[in-house]
Amino acid sequence: MISLDIWMRENPLTYVWFGSYAVALLIFAIEIAMVKHKRKITLQQVRLMRNAGDDARDEGIA
Amino acid sequence: MAINWFKYSAPTTFYGLAGKMIPWFAFSAAILFAIGLYIGFFVAPTDAQQGEFYRIMFIHVPASILSMFLYLIMAGYAALGLIFNTRLSAMMATAIAPTGALFALISLWTGALWGKPMWGTWWLWDARLTSELILLFLYLGFIALHASIDDPRRADRAAALLAIVGSVNVPIIYFSVKWWNTLHQGSTIKFSGTTMHIAMQQAMFTMLAACWLYAIAVVLVRVRSIILERERNTTWIADLPEVKQ
Repeated sequence: MISLDIWMRENPLTYVWFGSYAVALLIFAIEIAMVKHKRKITLQQVRLMRNAGDDARDEGIA
Repeated sequence: MAINWFKYSAPTTFYGLAGKMIPWFAFSAAILFAIGLYIGFFVAPTDAQQGEFYRIMFIHVPASILSMFLYLIMAGYAALGLIFNTRLSAMMATAIAPTGALFALISLWTGALWGKPMWGTWWLWDARLTSELILLFLYLGFIALHASIDDPRRADRAAALLAIVGSVNVPIIYFSVKWWNTLHQGSTIKFSGTTMHIAMQQAMFTMLAACWLYAIAVVLVRVRSIILERERNTTWIADLPEVKQ
């Protein structure tokens, strides 16, 4: 812990940048990836349901 | 020309509008983040007392403000959904919760990083810090409660009650530094003015605007997925170009 105290006082900008900004940007990147993945999965599910509905209708007509 | 605002309170019309707005908010957020970081690290001078460590506040303060405002907006939408039984309001509340939780987490994390060199400790049970931690738990509680109930409409109502009751915590966070003798400093920016250097103000307000735009963009993407999920059995969803592909 003492070595960390010394390091942060010797490298304050590195500590500030990597400790807070890089972490915050990483959190934002993870959130963006998650919402994009969720949209992709939801669209796939909706398409599957739509295709299943179309198939069922076609079989009913046949 | 009168605009019918209620038109956009229906998921059918809001879905398209949100899709058009997302790129604008996302692009503006990215630009403002770049400008804010540039001013914060290269233009703003070093603080006489705190040295370089004060630069954490350019992300800490916006994250803290966003975590509180997003909770109030979430509770507002949840209340609208509960009172008027509007579908989109409940969906918006559900979409806001994860982003609000992440901002609360960033606020606590960056606060701890600032606290170590300034106070000599990562954490202490100060009124401001503790009430912000409770805010994070309220967000997590909202998300967990909503996820634990299968019927979405029942989940909306139960989570809305939690959101409304929990909103009491927001003024407690804000006024905690006045009501109690806390280690956390009071507000630097007041309605009566501020003593902050102009470049520091520019960096902080630019980062605040960037965080707002980012939050709006992400929430809109999320709410579009929620609308797709909940309205999947309707004909208008089946007719969407992205579903027809």
